[in-house]
Formats: sequence, structure tokens, C-alpha cells
Amino acid sequence: MSVIFPQYSSRMLLAPLVPLLRSLFGGALNTVLTLLAVLMLALILPPLLHWAVTDAVFSGTQEECRQAAGACWAFVQAKARFILFAFYPSEALWRPILVIALLLGMMVASALPRFWGMRLILGWPLMLALAWWLMAGGWGLAKVSLNSWGGLPVTLLVWSTCMIFAFPAAVLLALARQSRMAGLRLLAVAYIEVMRAIPMVAILYFAMLILPMALPQGVILDKLIRATILIALFWTAYLAEVVRGGLQTIGPGQAEAAQSLGLGYWRLIQLVVLPQALRRVIPGLVNLGIGFLLATSLLAVIGAFDLLNTARASTTDQQWLGFYNEAYIFAAVIYFLLCFAGSRYSLWLEARLQRG
Amino acid sequence: MKLSRHTAGRGAISGQRRGISALVSWWDPRPFTQLFVIALILAALWLLGQNILAALARAGISPGFAFLGRAANFQIGEAVIPFSAGDTYLRAIGVGLINTLRVALAGCVLAALLGTALGVLGLMGNPLLTRLVRIYVEVIRNTPLLLQLFFWIALARNLPGPKQAPHLGGVWLSNRGIFVPAPVAENGWALPLALTALVFLAAFALRRFGGLRYVWTGAFVASAGILWASGISLDIPSLQGFNIRGGLSLSPEFAALLLALVVKFSAAIAEIVRAGILSVPEGQREAARAMGLSEWHIMRLVVLPQALRVIVPLTTSVFLDLAKDSSLAVAIGYPDLVSILNTTANTTGQAIEAVLIMAGSFVILNLSVAFLMNRYNARVALRGEHRR
Repeated sequence: MSVIFPQYSSRMLLAPLVPLLRSLFGGALNTVLTLLAVLMLALILPPLLHWAVTDAVFSGTQEECRQAAGACWAFVQAKARFILFAFYPSEALWRPILVIALLLGMMVASALPRFWGMRLILGWPLMLALAWWLMAGGWGLAKVSLNSWGGLPVTLLVWSTCMIFAFPAAVLLALARQSRMAGLRLLAVAYIEVMRAIPMVAILYFAMLILPMALPQGVILDKLIRATILIALFWTAYLAEVVRGGLQTIGPGQAEAAQSLGLGYWRLIQLVVLPQALRRVIPGLVNLGIGFLLATSLLAVIGAFDLLNTARASTTDQQWLGFYNEAYIFAAVIYFLLCFAGSRYSLWLEARLQRG
Repeated sequence: MKLSRHTAGRGAISGQRRGISALVSWWDPRPFTQLFVIALILAALWLLGQNILAALARAGISPGFAFLGRAANFQIGEAVIPFSAGDTYLRAIGVGLINTLRVALAGCVLAALLGTALGVLGLMGNPLLTRLVRIYVEVIRNTPLLLQLFFWIALARNLPGPKQAPHLGGVWLSNRGIFVPAPVAENGWALPLALTALVFLAAFALRRFGGLRYVWTGAFVASAGILWASGISLDIPSLQGFNIRGGLSLSPEFAALLLALVVKFSAAIAEIVRAGILSVPEGQREAARAMGLSEWHIMRLVVLPQALRVIVPLTTSVFLDLAKDSSLAVAIGYPDLVSILNTTANTTGQAIEAVLIMAGSFVILNLSVAFLMNRYNARVALRGEHRR
């Protein structure tokens, strides 16, 4: 070949590589950047691989882990049950597992546009009631005290409960902020701005220190419940701002058209405004939801056993002391999978909604 | 009929907006519904307030801010202004406020630098760098800040002692803290800083009114000379005996919190910078290139002024988030405002006052930043109008 068509010889083989090589080594600055990136990878990747794979202990005892230079995945194996479910009694472990499956299933169903509608709006409260009953017991199931709850089901349960309670409240708050009733508008603005200004930790302290005093004497709520109530109130302000963004995209012509058809205010909101406004802000709501899932980890600050706090607590086990890298990586992978899936979904949805 | 009241124009009423009528028109649609809702909320708050007062009375705590003047019997790990057990609660809270501002300001500056660098590097058109920046952003963005903070603090506390501490270029990582080089002044800071400021003012004037080139380079060289001549030097930490001495020492808690905030929010800023630069249409760059502008000038004169309009407001809200999230300090024992107020609430029982101070400080911070932002936005928008 090369004798007959000399000009095509080696170029034919390298041709597909040319754009790549040019993008990596075209220009002096670019070449330097590529080399720096490669150098950085060369410094980071081999030790990381040694630690995570070649020198790691995949199963065995704490002693074997202490001897090895690498990661102790045996620790994750031994403590996965604790990190995921904390002190939940073993004989009832099917209940938190079922709760995780139900809530994740419900989230997937809510993500698919074909399920959007009345069924979801009614389904979520039912599913939440079912999940709380499964976790707490009673009415035929053995009771499990809140003290032994923990891990992933708590993270998911607090997250979805707060979202479901915060969302309708947020719609009302956004409507109040858009309303022409100045008194209500002022209240809504003050609530939203104050809530958005203060850190979530302050809200959790409110739940820990002040809410118990504000309840009537004799009423005692567990700190997880108190935190859930206040987190829902806190997230309402954030959700309301996103919903307001959607409300603002609906022009006044629509209200006038609905008025000429004889629709009242609430029918107008229900039939005309919300279906369009909410559809437009779903990607924003999903992104906010991802942020909220990550924010549930702040429950660890008040000592509630969410997924992050069980991971932290697992490193203080006397038998497996100090394998914090492995514990945090395990928890991080779970958070990452949930949130990354959510953010990809949000991008997909945005593209789909733009197509119309 | 209901609807007509909601959508009726305001023009008809605005003519007679005086005294009572102004108040009435402010309440215009459905004043009684509004008053009823507000009364309902006030009644609920009053009920909760009564419960709280009763609970306080049972615990023997008198509400009010008088406790601020009492002596606080706890130690604070790191304090910029001197603090010892027995000083007032007010002073302790001041120490906490300064600690919050310290970590938040350093965090904002470093996160902005790292985030801008990452955002720009990701857009250089180098596929390897683009992928690496993407991976960094996705991993950081999709894991909780508190988890990252726990990771960094565990790492910082498990660093080797001073003798085995890894060090590079005068930065030492040890379990006693992180040591970084810091400037020190032999003869005080006032004179050299004033002279440097003068040099830069002169350079600005020369550039603006004289049109001279290379004045900035000159100014940097001149001020470096001034700083060196007036006895300012870089104090580089070094191992002396069993301890690292010199330079600036950062406690493990401060270092971990700062690192966590910088890493987390640099990912957010990188995304904003990327979005901002991409928001400038490609055609503008092509037009600038056709006019013979260099890549640097295209960036500085065409892309950045427009990209900043997207970048600055979003970055401001990231800065506010960073300041708020610096309150996670309480989880690792860095004595920031929230952490000290928590200790105050636990030692005095004045939880309501403590949470009020907490919320009040952040509301003031938010409002003042929002005020500055509005001023800035107005300016940017106006300049855009004039230039067009």
C-alpha cells in the first residue's frame, strides 16, 4: 500500500487521532496545561489506586486492616448495616429496607412526566404515612423507638416529609408574595427573606432549644420530629422563591382571559396558573431538592442519626477505631449516587421541557 | 366578581392617596381577610410566647439581654481579641463574630480565586482539563458539605507530629496546625502600606490621564522595593526542636473549615464563571478577533464585562451561602458565632436571646450585602445603557 500511495501511509492510521492531539498539544499554553494535568494525575492516581485497590483489605479482621497500608473495605462490610440502619432491631430490618424501596420508588415515579397528576399528589401523603408507620410500628407491627432509628431511611424520610409539607405551604407563600393584598404580601416577604438569611444550623438550634419550651406543658416531641417540623418551615421559604419564579412567567393576559370565562381566583390559580407555572420550575425544584437532600446531613449537628452521623459514629466503634476515610467514602457514594442521578434527571427534563 | 378586585388597576386609587385614604388603599383588596389572617398568626405566636414565658419562669430564667454583661466561665480555643474565662458574654460573642468573619472572608476570597481558575481552565478547550474540572465539580457538588468537613477535620487531626510533618515551600502540615509563610514588619505596617497605596494611586492616575503603558508593572516593582526596603519580609515557618516556629499558624479546626468551604464553594463558583463566559455569544468573540484584538484583550474588553453581569450577582449569593455555612463550624469545635452562642445558650439558659442574636446577625449581613448588590447592579445596568 505505502509504495503505491506514499502520501496516505502513516497518516491514515493516525488520522482519527489528529483532532485529539491538536486539542491536547495545539499551542504552547495548551501543551503546558496538558502536561501539568498529566503530572497531577501521575502524582495522585497511583497512590490512590494502591490505597483503594492493591494494598486494600477487602475482607478480614481489624488486625489485618491495621497491618495493611491500604483501605480497609472489610470495615465497610462489617459496619454497612450500622451505617445504613443504625440500631434498628435486626428482626424488623425488612421494615426500613421496605421504606427505602418505597420512597426511592416514589421518587422515581414522581420523576416521570407520565405519572404527573392527581395520583402523585394523593399518593405522596399516603406513602409517607405508610413509611412512618413501617418505621415506628404500632397497629399490628412491633413498636420501634425513635432512638433506634438511623441511617439512610431517616435521611430519606426526613427529606421527603419536609418536602411534602413544605411544598403546598410554599405555593401559598409564593401566591401571597405575588398577591395585591399588601398586608399578606409584607408578611410573606418578611418570612421568606428572614428564613433565607439565617443558616440552617440556627433553625436546628431553634428546634432543639426553643421549640420544646413553646409546646404546651406535658407535650414532648422527639428531637427528630421537632427538627422535621422546623426544617419543613425553613425549606418553605426556599421553595416559595422558586415557585414565585414560575408564577412570574405567567402573563396578565391569562388572568384576564380566565376572568372573562368567569373563573374565580382559586379556580384561576388551580386550573390556569399553577399547571403552567409549576411545570416551568420543575428543574429548579429538582435542583433545590438535591441541595435539601445534602442539607439533611446537618441533622448530625444536633446528634440525630442520619446517614452522615451513623457513618461518623461507626468510626468510633472500639473494635474498628479510626477508619474514617472508608466510612465517609461509603456515605459519600450513597449521597453522590442519589444526587448525581437527580442532577442528570434535571438536565434531561430541562431539555425536554424546552422542546415543549 | 372576586377576580375583578384582584386585577383592578391601581391608577384609579393612586390619585387620592393622602392620610387615611392612603392607608386604606394600601390595604385595598380584602382588608378584613388580611387582618383576620394576621390576627390568626399573631394569636398563634402569642400562644407559643406564653408557653415559652411559662417554661422560662419554671426554669427560673428571666428573659432579656442582661446576661450579656455577666461573666462567661468558659475558654475559647482561638480568639483574635484577647479572651479569658471571666470576661463578659458580650465579649465572647464578639470573639465568635470575629472568628466567623475571619473564616468567611478568607473563604470567599480563596473560593473566588479557585473557582474562577477552575471555571476558566474548564473552558480552555483542553479535553483533559475539561474532564478533570467536570469530575471535581460533580463530586464536590453532589456530596454534603458537612461530610467533606468531617473528612477534612479527621485528616487534619490525624496529620503526623511536627517532626514528621510533610512540608512544601514553607507550608507545614502537622497535627498542631497548618503553618504557612506570613509577612512580618520590623518597623510597623503603617508607613510601607501608605507608600504602596500612593504608588498605586500614582500609577492609576498615570494610566488614566497620562495614557502611559506598563505603569502597572512599574507599580508592582516599585511597591515590592518599598516593602523590602522598609523591613517587611516573609516569615517562613521552620522546624526548631520539637515544634514548628514562625509564619502564620492555623488551628486544625480553622484549616479544615476553611478548606471545606473553599472546596465546596469553588465548585459552585466554577459553574457560575463557566455559565457567565458561555453567556457571551460566540459571534462577539469572532467580531473582536476580526478587528484584530488579541485573545487577552478579547477576554478583558469584550467577554468579561458582559460575563460579569451574570457572574457577580450569582457569586454574591454564593458568598452569602458560604457565610451561612461557616456555621457548620459548630460540628467540629471551631469557635464561630453560632458555636459560641450555642455554648452561651447552654450555660445561661437564654436560648431565645442566643438564637435571636444568631438570626439577627445573619439577617443584617444579608440585608447589607443585598443593599450593596442592588447599588452594583444599578451601576452595571446603567453603564451598559450608556455605552450602547
